[in-house]
Amino acid sequence: MDQRQDDIAGVRRQFITFRSGAQEFGADIMAIREIRGWTETTPLPHAPDYVRGVINLRGVVLPVVDLKARLGLGQTQTNPKHVIVVVQAESRTIGLLVDAVSDILTVTAGEIQPTPELARETQSAFVEGIAVLSERMVTILGMDRLVGALVGPDAARAA
Amino acid sequence: MTDPMESIRQTYFQECEELLLAMEEGLLALESGADGETINAVFRAVHSIKGSGGAFGFEALVHFAHGFETVMDLLRSGGLEASGEVTALLLRAGDLLADHVAAARDGGAAPEDGEVGAALAALAGVDSEAGAEFAPADFEGLDFAPMQIVVEDAPPSQGWRIRFAPHAALYANANEPALLLRALAGLGELAVAADLSTLPALEALSPQAAYFAWDMTLAADVPREAVEEVFEFVTGQCDLDIVPLAAPVGDMPQVVPLEQVVPQAAPEKTEKPDRPDKKDADAARPTIRVDLDKVDRLVNLVGELVITQAMLSQRVAECKIPRASSVGNGLAELEHLLRELQDSVMAIRTQPVKSVFQRMPRLVRELAAQTAKKVHLVLEGEATEVDKTVIERLGEPLTHMIRNAVDHGLEGPEERRAAGKPEEGTVTLSAEHRGGRIVIEVADDGRGIDRARVRQKAVERGLIPAGATLSDEETDNLIFMPGFSTAKEVSNISGRGVGMDVVRRNIVDLGGRIVIGNSPRQGSRFSLTLPLTLAVLDGMVVAIGGQTFVLPLTHIVESLKPRAADIQSFGRERSLLNVRGAYVPLVMTGEILNVPDARPPSEGVVILVESQGTGRLALAVDAILGQRQVVIKSFEDNYRHIGGIAAATILGDGRVALILDVDGIVARCRDRIADPNDLQPTGT
Repeated sequence: MDQRQDDIAGVRRQFITFRSGAQEFGADIMAIREIRGWTETTPLPHAPDYVRGVINLRGVVLPVVDLKARLGLGQTQTNPKHVIVVVQAESRTIGLLVDAVSDILTVTAGEIQPTPELARETQSAFVEGIAVLSERMVTILGMDRLVGALVGPDAARAA
Repeated sequence: MTDPMESIRQTYFQECEELLLAMEEGLLALESGADGETINAVFRAVHSIKGSGGAFGFEALVHFAHGFETVMDLLRSGGLEASGEVTALLLRAGDLLADHVAAARDGGAAPEDGEVGAALAALAGVDSEAGAEFAPADFEGLDFAPMQIVVEDAPPSQGWRIRFAPHAALYANANEPALLLRALAGLGELAVAADLSTLPALEALSPQAAYFAWDMTLAADVPREAVEEVFEFVTGQCDLDIVPLAAPVGDMPQVVPLEQVVPQAAPEKTEKPDRPDKKDADAARPTIRVDLDKVDRLVNLVGELVITQAMLSQRVAECKIPRASSVGNGLAELEHLLRELQDSVMAIRTQPVKSVFQRMPRLVRELAAQTAKKVHLVLEGEATEVDKTVIERLGEPLTHMIRNAVDHGLEGPEERRAAGKPEEGTVTLSAEHRGGRIVIEVADDGRGIDRARVRQKAVERGLIPAGATLSDEETDNLIFMPGFSTAKEVSNISGRGVGMDVVRRNIVDLGGRIVIGNSPRQGSRFSLTLPLTLAVLDGMVVAIGGQTFVLPLTHIVESLKPRAADIQSFGRERSLLNVRGAYVPLVMTGEILNVPDARPPSEGVVILVESQGTGRLALAVDAILGQRQVVIKSFEDNYRHIGGIAAATILGDGRVALILDVDGIVARCRDRIADPNDLQPTGT
């Protein structure tokens, strides 16, 4: 669905919010399949540092992306309290490693502001907007952008 | 799927595919001698394609099929001899009909009927008296119109007396006698009398039996074939008596108008899903069409089950429960049943290779015509079954190989005669199961591979240094090198320089191997060895730097524990391993895969593998953990391709392990070292 159209219509949207590092992020609830505890991954050779490897999700081989590292904020030092958010977008399913899941946020589209120009470049590529609540700020991530960027062309394939 | 017409259309094309196969099969059988049943089968196939095609308004298709059908009808009625020329024409007509169907399906332009259409029309026009209800433009030579006038003007003195007594099978196949009678009535004035003499009392009446018969008088000057055609689809399911009407209609009992003939109690409700025109040739066993996704889901679930069972066994073993206990026995039984279940589920996906093989006769006919060579194609082992995915991906490489065999392999008729061979070259395409794999061979009795030419070409193209010493086998294998082509001139059949290396890539992608058997001047033989399924793989589980990998068993030649003295440095960054006197390149697998903490090869194990194109090489790993069958799981849907990794699998402990791709590792090595002379083939 085209999220921009929803913005215009002023539809209420729900987001799952989670913490990664010092920031709070939100992802459209429709893109989230499930949330599960951290399990050790099998590393993939020649993967970028933000790809932690793959896990077995009931028979599906699921790549796990470290959100913190993906946004250029350094690798997450994992412990069993960390959480994998299973995301489906662009007809692909991936796991997103985050520190913890906070809550479910309901906002009208009008409450989402466009990304300020000065935001970090790596991060802003995946940011859909910013939801400003009374006391906190949640960065809304576009899951299709995040997932889409993961599966770019591989140089090794052409070799 | 919301459009009901679209789904009907799809069903039609699915059926067309089956009918075309049946037709082709019949036509090929005609080549080796015609019998009535075969001709009938072909006729029915063409007729069905035409009939349903008309419903969709595929005019070009219907028009062509009609001409085709007319000729088949002539053959059937004996008005035409199934000579070699006629069958050759019919085969070409069959190809063209397939093109018509494809054009109708894909919405493309209908192919030109051209000379085939004209030749069919000529056959039909010269020999035919059987009327054509379509009277297509092809039938210019046929004085059809005057005949119709004769019918209308003549007194009803001529005609047919028909007795039609359906068997129970006719109703069981969902035929409706009233429709047949109505069709008869369409031919001319029809008088019908129902013979109810065999109808028992109600309490003795079986709803599945047939009791009615009809005596009819058709007062129309139509050929006997026209009457028979009405009963075309119920042949063998009724007693049919057609006698010329000599005397005027006499004492016909209980003559009733046609409208009242429809039997009120006709046991037509006992229909089966089987369509009558499919009951031909090899009384096919009942089958159902199942969405492939459903089967795949089943295969996946069983795969899961196998993994879960393995996990359970491992946990039980960890709990130190003896194998002889009831739990142990139960688990063993479970494992056994699961194996069987897995085999059965895998078998659902298998199909005979026939579906691919059957495309080849047409290809060979076309090639023979283009190259002016005489080719006889022999198909063997068409019933050999293999996974559907394998079959789907076999078409392209096989097409290529057959092309090569005809274009490069076989000589022209003169050259063959000069070499003391029969003018007609033979290409054999065969399939068989051998040791859990399927072996497909393409063999020809042509000139074989000219090693001197291959060598010269390889040097010209810079594929090998001028002075390289190569064994015969290695020379033969040069044709698999990318960019190699021996065709003297680029023909439109083969020789675009993307030939055999693409074939090999396709086969390797399927987890198979390709081997050349070449005897110069006597022919060549390409053997493909393929797995029966793409879903599971026998692998060796190895450890590298604390991680677990699976190496496909098909690539492994042997494993050994090297002594430090056997490992020699060679050039920069490279090492060679001495295996009983022969040096093979040694690949530090851990380095290639970016795995930290891999052991140096002198402390680990070395696995000798056969890679396609680069010969043998030695992969250094830390340890061998065991050997097992693994379910292949792609991660490319969710991630992307990784060079050196073929796929992933899930091990008994539930963790993901990566399956290594030997050729991908070779490619990775090349990239790293960036020295084109590295990893040259070594002798085997």
